[in-house]
Parts: sequence; structure tokens; C-alpha cells
Amino acid sequence: MTTAAPAVPAGGALWRLAARVCPVTGLTLNRDSERLVRWNAVAAVVFFLVGVVAALLLALTRWQAVHLLEPVWYYRILTLHGLNMLIFFIIFFEMAVLYFAGPVMLGARQPAPKTAWLGFWLMVAGALTVNAVIFMGRADVLFTSYVPLRAHPAFYLGIILFAVGALIATSLFFAAMVVARRERSYEGSVPLVTYGALTAAIIAIITLLHGAAIYIPTFLWSLDIGTVDPQVYRMIFWGLGHSSQQINVAAMVSIWYLLGGLTVGAVVVNQKVSRWAFTLYVLFISMASAHHLLVDPGMGPAWKIWNTSYAMYLAVLASMIHGFTVPAGVEMGMRLRGFVKGRFEWLRRAPWSDPGFSGFWLSLVIFGFMGGITGVTQGTEQINIIVHNTLRVPGHFHVTVVGGTALAFMAVTYYLIPLVFQRRVRFWAMAKWQPYLFAAGISLLSMSMTFAGSFGVPRRHADITFPEAPFTLEFPPVVDVLMAGIGIGGTLAAIAVLMFVAIAVGSVFFGEKVDLAAPGPDARGIPQGILRLPPQTHSAEASAAAHEAGTPGTLVLVFVFLAVFILYYFTNWKVLSMIWKMG
Amino acid sequence: MELISGLVPARGVWWRPANRQERLWIAIAFVWCLVLFAMMPFWHLKGGQNPTGIRSRVDPAAFAERTLRFAEEYGIGDDHGVPLVAPPPGAEVYLLGQMWRWYPALQLEEGVTYTLHLSALDVNHGFSLYPANLNLQVVPGYDYGLRITPNKAGEYRVVCNEFCGVGHHNMLGRIVVVPAGTKVAAAATAPGEETR
Repeated sequence: MTTAAPAVPAGGALWRLAARVCPVTGLTLNRDSERLVRWNAVAAVVFFLVGVVAALLLALTRWQAVHLLEPVWYYRILTLHGLNMLIFFIIFFEMAVLYFAGPVMLGARQPAPKTAWLGFWLMVAGALTVNAVIFMGRADVLFTSYVPLRAHPAFYLGIILFAVGALIATSLFFAAMVVARRERSYEGSVPLVTYGALTAAIIAIITLLHGAAIYIPTFLWSLDIGTVDPQVYRMIFWGLGHSSQQINVAAMVSIWYLLGGLTVGAVVVNQKVSRWAFTLYVLFISMASAHHLLVDPGMGPAWKIWNTSYAMYLAVLASMIHGFTVPAGVEMGMRLRGFVKGRFEWLRRAPWSDPGFSGFWLSLVIFGFMGGITGVTQGTEQINIIVHNTLRVPGHFHVTVVGGTALAFMAVTYYLIPLVFQRRVRFWAMAKWQPYLFAAGISLLSMSMTFAGSFGVPRRHADITFPEAPFTLEFPPVVDVLMAGIGIGGTLAAIAVLMFVAIAVGSVFFGEKVDLAAPGPDARGIPQGILRLPPQTHSAEASAAAHEAGTPGTLVLVFVFLAVFILYYFTNWKVLSMIWKMG
Repeated sequence: MELISGLVPARGVWWRPANRQERLWIAIAFVWCLVLFAMMPFWHLKGGQNPTGIRSRVDPAAFAERTLRFAEEYGIGDDHGVPLVAPPPGAEVYLLGQMWRWYPALQLEEGVTYTLHLSALDVNHGFSLYPANLNLQVVPGYDYGLRITPNKAGEYRVVCNEFCGVGHHNMLGRIVVVPAGTKVAAAATAPGEETR
């Protein structure tokens, strides 16, 4: 794949002596980048574990029949859950993705490794500080920390430290791209996966600048220096809070392309189309943060319509394009390998017992069908009136960032363990069905939240029986069933994540070393895509024939998707039209 | 043009036209995105529910003062510790969110339009009208004035759905909508409502 440059420029060759060439993929892994991938991935799993224990406690609290936590601890653990999942776990993993998709996939050296480690340890210090402050009960402000709710200054400082570390790592990704090009470690244009990671990195810079713009004044305000307007805070905070979810989207889609290639030999049907779709993310997705402010008093309708539609839904268009090109790439790749019968032989005969493939495919389906449709609908200016701050909101993002991104990250870990950590995946039998259990749990959780939210059940609420309120409110009995669905779905998903953590930690620290050049007859713990890497390139003749045959199966899937989308969208307008007139 | 996976650098001229099926899907998706976009201005013109309102900055203390005056002027009794206020049709109505109550309780008339002013004294709150499921953000320092028309008589609750501190889950207010043409009755407490 990436061919080593025949003539290495003088002075740039020493790192190659310590590098290794992966016998499966042919990638050149320099020692520094490989270690950075490992440590960032391990840190991600550690914070994932903290976040998922919190998740379990929360699910068992909102399940009204169990109602585990006292209000103070419910809000504290909710703060902990939000920050560890949405910031620490996700961004540590994304840094691992950037070190892999940059220097490793381009076969280059790691630029400024010492600076990279500085960034890593800043992130660790920041994350530990934030966790400590939350546990001490000095930051019961939830993930959003809306001013004028006030946390201890160390809370804001910890986030700033973490962001500076992430900024360093992201900058080094750009540096790696420059180094790779200058030292000619690859020919032609960067692989699509690297291109997708590049868009994630650009969005990360935009995100982190918003973070600086809001957390630095808020940190100073917590020290009684200056003021922060609550509405301005909400606007700029979401420039961080939502844009960081767009890093996740770009990184997740890149991983879809990566896993598609590794697991079934998915091809890029058209490089131009897929790259344009990624570029649309960079250009328009930052505006998405505005859809948190649809029913806010600070902005008018023109501002809301333009920004929340991501400038006429051009970023939604991008996701709909990937929603076609990713499965179409799988279909075309499988057809090229001979699975040509009917519309769906390619899908039936896919390696469903490979957690790398099943996790990738479930992530794609959950993100697209459930996350995408609910997100676009709820983010419509007027429909948001029947959505804002109800359980429909977490119902949406638990099928994007959790059922989509986190599942894709877990799926790719099953490939990183042998490829980067050079170990067999432990508890292989458990790993095979871990993605299914997780997908079932998170889908049940999200559907229950979405339906409960449509009855007006609030999110972030310690007790919907309102025990000490001056008035009474009883939700209809069906809400009790739905809240139980949240408890049960959340518990199943949490168990699946604990299984994943056991597999990841067990493999990385206690797993059996494996030489992928000669893995021996025992295939246990080695995903099938690594045992026999599907072809990654095809001849011009075969390719022309594949284009001629097209992707009839995918066409059916996307039209089913569109029909569901249209139905859900207009049902919401209908429901909206029945409430009080308001303007 | 050779097909390659996403892991392989793209060599040569790869910016080729998309195939027929890709072009079809992109065209359909783009048209759908335009529909999504057009629906929002369309609803401003033809729809009855828009979050536009009359928006302005306001000093939280001044808004609280205005709300107190409003409650005194149209108050008809006490309702579990907050005044029950029955404003005349078309009135400017004030509802203040504070840790951890909605002030005051309101008695409105079905089919009548009011301007409901929402703001907060301390931190962000969330106005969530149960069971109509109508939700708005309430931000301190901002007056959000919405023309509302209750379309169904009955008991309503105002749930706070923005986290506002440790008493957040006990922040519950009341709006009662009386049938069109009902005379203002003094101290209309909710049927079956026990005092705590």
C-alpha cells in the first residue's frame, strides 16, 4: 500500500531503523506514533470506563422504579458522565485516530515527538483535574456549565489544559502531513481515510478556538474578574459543545471507510464525491451549534433558520452522501470479490461474526436511521418547540455519538489490538457478540428516551414525581414503561461497554503477543480481515465492470431510509400544529 | 479508473465524474435538503407555532419588579404559596423563573391571545408546558415575549427543564386554562389538588 520512498532525504532516515512494517497492511509504523496511538487509546478506554459506570448509575436513577441516586449525586454523576464521555473519552480516542491516520497511514515519521507527549500529559492532567473537582462536589454544573451557574475555577482550568493538549496533538497531525509530503513517504493524494481525518482535525481547531473563547473568560469570571453574558455563553459554548460532536462525525465516517476497507475490501466508489462530502463538513457543520438556541430569546428567526440549517442543510447533504457511498463501497467491494447474486448476497455473506465489521455496520445503521433522522427533525426551528430540553434530546445524541461514534471506535479497536498492539483479542467469543448487545441496549435506551420526551418528560431531571413541589404532576402510565426502557437499555449498553473494556484491557495488558507475519494455525483473537486482508486495489477492467453493475442493493437501502425520514419529519410538523398557537 | 479502498493513496487523475446511481442519490438528497430548508420560512408564513417573539434585554431585578406589579394588579388569590393571577384578555403576562419556583400561577382563557413574557432572576431555567409539550429557554437578562393562544381548557403544569441547581426537579408551576367566556372566579384552586 504505502510504498516506502526509494530515496530517503539525508538526515531523515534514522527513524526508519526503529520503525516496523506491518506484514498485513504494509504500513510503516514509526515507534513514536505507534506509542502515541497506544497511549491515547488506553487513556480513552480509562475515561470510557469512568463514564460508563456513571451511565449505569444514571440509567438506574431515571428508571423511576429503581431511582438509585439522591438528587445531589444524580446531578454530580451526570456532570461526570457528560465530561468523561463527550470530552475525555472521545477526544483521547480521536487523538489516537489522528496519530494513526496521519504519520502511520502516510508512512512518515512522527514530527516533534516530545511536544506530542507534552500534549498528551496536558490532556491527562486536565482530565484528572476536572474529575477531581467534580468528585469534590465543587462543580455541580453539568456538562454545559451554563453561566451564571458557577463551578470552582479549577474545573474551567482543567478543561483549558485538556484543550491546549488536544490543540498540540491536532497541530502535529498537520505537521505530519507536511512532513510526509515533503519527505515523499507516499505518492499521489492522501488516502481517503487520512483526508477524512484531516477534516476532523480542521473542525477540531475550530472547536478548540471556540473553547478558548468561552472557557478563558468563564475561568476569569469564576475568579471574579469580568462578566460573562448568559446568552453569549450559550452561543459560544455550543461552538465548542456541538462542533466537538462534528469532530466525532468526521472521525467516525473516516473509521467507516477504514473498517470497510479492512474487513470486506470496501472500495471508494468515487474519490471526488467522498472528498467533497468531507469538505462540506468543514465548510458548514460549525453552524450546527446554533440549533441549541432555537427557542432562545437572544436570536431572531433569520439567524436561527440560516445557521441551524447548516446553511441550507449542506452538511446534512454531506452525511446523506456518505450514507450512500459507505454502503455502496461495501457492496461494490463485495461484488468485486464475487458476491454478485441478487441484490443482497453481498450483505448476507458479510462477515457478521467479525466485531470489526458488525460494529462498523451497526454504527452506520444506528447513526443514519436513528441519529440522523431524529437530529435533522429536532433541529428544525419550529419543531424544536416540542423537543427542546425534553428527553428527546439525549434520545437523539445517544444514537449519534454513542450508537454511532462510540460503537465505531470500539469496532476499530478490535483491529487496532492486533495491528498496533500486536496482541490477540482476548475473550474472542465474547467480542463477537459485544457489538450486538451494545447496539440493542443503546437503541432501546434511545427509543425509550425519544418517546418519553414526546410526552414532555424533561432531560437532566432527578425525579419526575416532583416530591417537594407545590403542585402535583403525574405523567401517564406509559411513561413508567418508557423510563424502565431507559433503565434496561442503559444497563444492557453499559454491560456491553464493560465487556469491551475487559476485552481491551485484557488484550493490551495481559494478551498473547502475536506475530502477524506468521500467526500460526490458531486464528482465535485475530479478526478475519487481518488473517486474510481483502484486496485493496482492483484492475481497471474489473473496476469498469463493477461500475457497470452498480450498487442495486444500496439503492434499496437508501430509499427505505428516505421514506422513513420523510414520514418522521412530517409527523413532527403535524404534532407541532396541534399545540397552542405561538409566535 | 482502478477502484481502491480508503486506505490507499489515490494516484493519477481520480477526480472523475460520479456514476449514474451516485448522481441520482445526490440529486434526490439535495432536493430533500431544499425541502427541509423551505419548511421553516413556510411555517413562519403559514404555520401557527413559531419561536420568534418580542425579544429584548432586561435587568433581572426590573423584570422581577414588573412581575410583582402584574401579580398584584390581577391577582385573585393564593395558590400553594404563589399568587394566582387572572389577567384580562390580550394582557401582557409575566412569568418569572427563579430557584426553584415559577412566579406566579396563571389563569388564562381558552382561545384568547396573551403576550407571555418569560425571564429568569438568577440562572437559566426551562419553560416546559405540560401536557402541551411546549418548550422555551428562559435566560436571565433577556425578556422573551411570546404571543400565545391556549387552545384547550384544563390544568397545565410548568416544568423547569433546564438544570438550575440542586432543587431543579421540584420547580413546578401551574397554568389553568378556563373555557372561553368564563367569569374570573376568586381563588380557583385545581380540582382534586391537595395542599402540601
